[in-house]
Amino acid sequence: MLESRPADSKPDVDALTGTATTGHAWDGIRELNTPLPRWWLWLFYATIIWSVGYWIVYPSWPLVSSYTTGAFRWQSRDAVVSDIDSLKAQRAPIVGRLAVASLQQIASDPQLLEFARAQARPAFAENCAPCHGAGGAGARGYPNLNDDEWIWGGTLDEIAQTIRHGVRSGDSKARQGAAMPAFGRDGILKRADIENVADYVRSLAGLATDPKADPAAGRRVFIDNCAVCHGEAGKGKRELGAPNVSDAIWLYGSDKAAIVDAVWNGRGGVMPAWAGRLDDGTIKALAVYVHSLGGGEK
Amino acid sequence: MAVAVHEARAEHPPLAKLVKDATRAASESSPVPGPTDLPEPDDEGPLYVARRKIYPQRVKGTYRTVKWIVLLVTLGIYYGLPFVRWDRGPNAPDQAVLIDFPNRRFYFFFIEIWPQEVYYLTGLLILAAMALFLMNAVAGRVWCGYLCPQTVWTDLFQAIERWVEGDRREHLQRDREPWTLDRLARSGLKHFLWLMVAWWTGGAWVLYFADAPALMKELATFEAPLVAYMWIGILTFTTYALAGHMREQVCLYMCPWPRIQAALTDEHALNVTYRYDRGEPRGSVKKNAALRALGERVGDCIDCYQCVYVCPTGVDIRNGSSLGCIQCGLCIDACDAVMAKIGRPPRLIAYDTDLNIKRRQGGERPEIKIVRMRTLFYAAVIAAVAAVILYALATRRSEGISVIHDRNPLFVRLSDGELRNAFTVRILNKSLERRSFVLAVDGLADIDLKVVGDAATTGRMVIISVGPDQTHELRALVSTYSPLPPAASVPLTFSITDAKTGERASAVDHFRGP
Repeated sequence: MLESRPADSKPDVDALTGTATTGHAWDGIRELNTPLPRWWLWLFYATIIWSVGYWIVYPSWPLVSSYTTGAFRWQSRDAVVSDIDSLKAQRAPIVGRLAVASLQQIASDPQLLEFARAQARPAFAENCAPCHGAGGAGARGYPNLNDDEWIWGGTLDEIAQTIRHGVRSGDSKARQGAAMPAFGRDGILKRADIENVADYVRSLAGLATDPKADPAAGRRVFIDNCAVCHGEAGKGKRELGAPNVSDAIWLYGSDKAAIVDAVWNGRGGVMPAWAGRLDDGTIKALAVYVHSLGGGEK
Repeated sequence: MAVAVHEARAEHPPLAKLVKDATRAASESSPVPGPTDLPEPDDEGPLYVARRKIYPQRVKGTYRTVKWIVLLVTLGIYYGLPFVRWDRGPNAPDQAVLIDFPNRRFYFFFIEIWPQEVYYLTGLLILAAMALFLMNAVAGRVWCGYLCPQTVWTDLFQAIERWVEGDRREHLQRDREPWTLDRLARSGLKHFLWLMVAWWTGGAWVLYFADAPALMKELATFEAPLVAYMWIGILTFTTYALAGHMREQVCLYMCPWPRIQAALTDEHALNVTYRYDRGEPRGSVKKNAALRALGERVGDCIDCYQCVYVCPTGVDIRNGSSLGCIQCGLCIDACDAVMAKIGRPPRLIAYDTDLNIKRRQGGERPEIKIVRMRTLFYAAVIAAVAAVILYALATRRSEGISVIHDRNPLFVRLSDGELRNAFTVRILNKSLERRSFVLAVDGLADIDLKVVGDAATTGRMVIISVGPDQTHELRALVSTYSPLPPAASVPLTFSITDAKTGERASAVDHFRGP
């Protein structure tokens, strides 16, 4: 229970310690009003004065359309820039080695490989992941960079070439190949032929086919129209950017409807050229990184 | 605080009265300012209380000797340890105790700790806490009185002060004088010496973080890193301020331990105790001798205030235990000297318990109970934690492996239908030599291991070379044609085996399928 003394009475002084009490009592226990040590009070005042120093040195007070900049015009952005600069200076030796090394040298030197992979990871997340996924797993229409099928080639140099100049990007050295025509939409093939060829393509990959389909007709259509790019056995041709259609990897899906859709409307993926946007060291690191994801070819 | 005071009043009415008398006597007759020197309380009470300057008197005796020895040993260790050498071979520093932040290593004689082994530090902190609690259970705040850095450095600074400005009486006299050249010179010399000790304290501190002789040379030629000078500056300031100027204020207002200690202690813990059963009623030597001759009961305390004068925190031990008392026992030495002079038995003040005073008053034999549940418990915890740490150290492996499965994608289907999982493998070589490890993976009937960037991979195993005291991260691709159940998660064991010694470490992760 809290009992309070009347406001006008003299402060109650504890006889034993000589210290005044707050006048509060809880169940007979009174609270001493022990004063602060002097040094503590001085420190408190010193911090107040110190804060005035802060106003003078650092940006502090908001104004109507700006703020007080402080005596030295210090800014956290400048601090970040200088931090980044010092980090760059620290990395300069190995970045320099990376710049002059060939892709093959990078891939075979454990230290350079570790550094290139570490440097490429954030660059990949910023620039490549929106289409190819955070881990390079791809999505429908965007190739999986972890597997061993490469539309434009999977050696270090071929990967670097694709990253630098892109695919059908308008760059003069871009991967151009031959875009797949829209066989159905442009009236080149009839609906039934497309259905048949779709089943035939599934059979090339060892997938189940529609029992009503005509494999012979499908094969004829394939040889006449598709084999010129994809090859008679459906193994694809990299110089044309024609993917292998006989293996387990399907860029747009392996079900019949997806294949019919591809043949009807045609295909032709694009990828931007990165040469002007990323520096050459980053592109090399990215090429090594993508190569190291698991599908890299010799 | 108020609670304790009121309890004391309820249980020992005579003591409370004596305390009050003593306080009054002290404020009237002695130069030690009593509580009446406080600023006059107004309606709100005083805003602050000024620090009473304490002039601790020189003293000789058992506990003073113990304190000197502890001071020499602890400061000797602190200042000297960075210079102790310990040969670890060509690939590691030869400093016995070194905290190597840039390379993230901690060296302690034959022990080398990596950052991920910070649990040793956790164990050490538990040990330290339990040792503190055990000390408290046996003899209260002995840590405060003998071992605490604040006490040790304050003791050293007070010794310097007495040496330069004289013992208590002389120093008090000097402080009352106007600022003569002599007083100015002495004060200047004292602060100079204090600053030298403080500066050397900060200097020794930074030597624990780099090769001591090399850093000394760099410091002297102004080539050391700025951070070293900053730390020396900070520790010079804190040592000078805390040991020179703040002293008992640290114990009274800053340190949490006296508060925690008060809650942890019990009635069996030995405390520096004024045996009021023997000391009261107080009187002058002559008067007491006369009364004693008449067969009257008189106390041994002659109110000489020696116990107060020698106290480094300015406590009157006769008022009972308090926040200010650090249990250093210097008042025991002072009182024993007085008792010897007046021909009374020593230990009017002693390490004792209030329980024993009551026993003596009741005609019972006093008893000191060091072995009891509390001390046994602390000792057992200390033994158990120490055993765990020692076991962990003795069986510490000099190699290690950790494996992280790729989060995205979990698995990759290859063109020929093979399934592949990718892992980031980190191999740790904690020994100080380059070692070759055979990295192998097991868990599936058909398995193929490939390490990115390593052409020599064959089948299930690959040889990896890791530099001395280093880790090596690599990307491992594990693939299989084995048929897997839907949403498979098959345990895989990654192991490394030292190609020479056969030492082995392993880690388990999983092979995931569609």
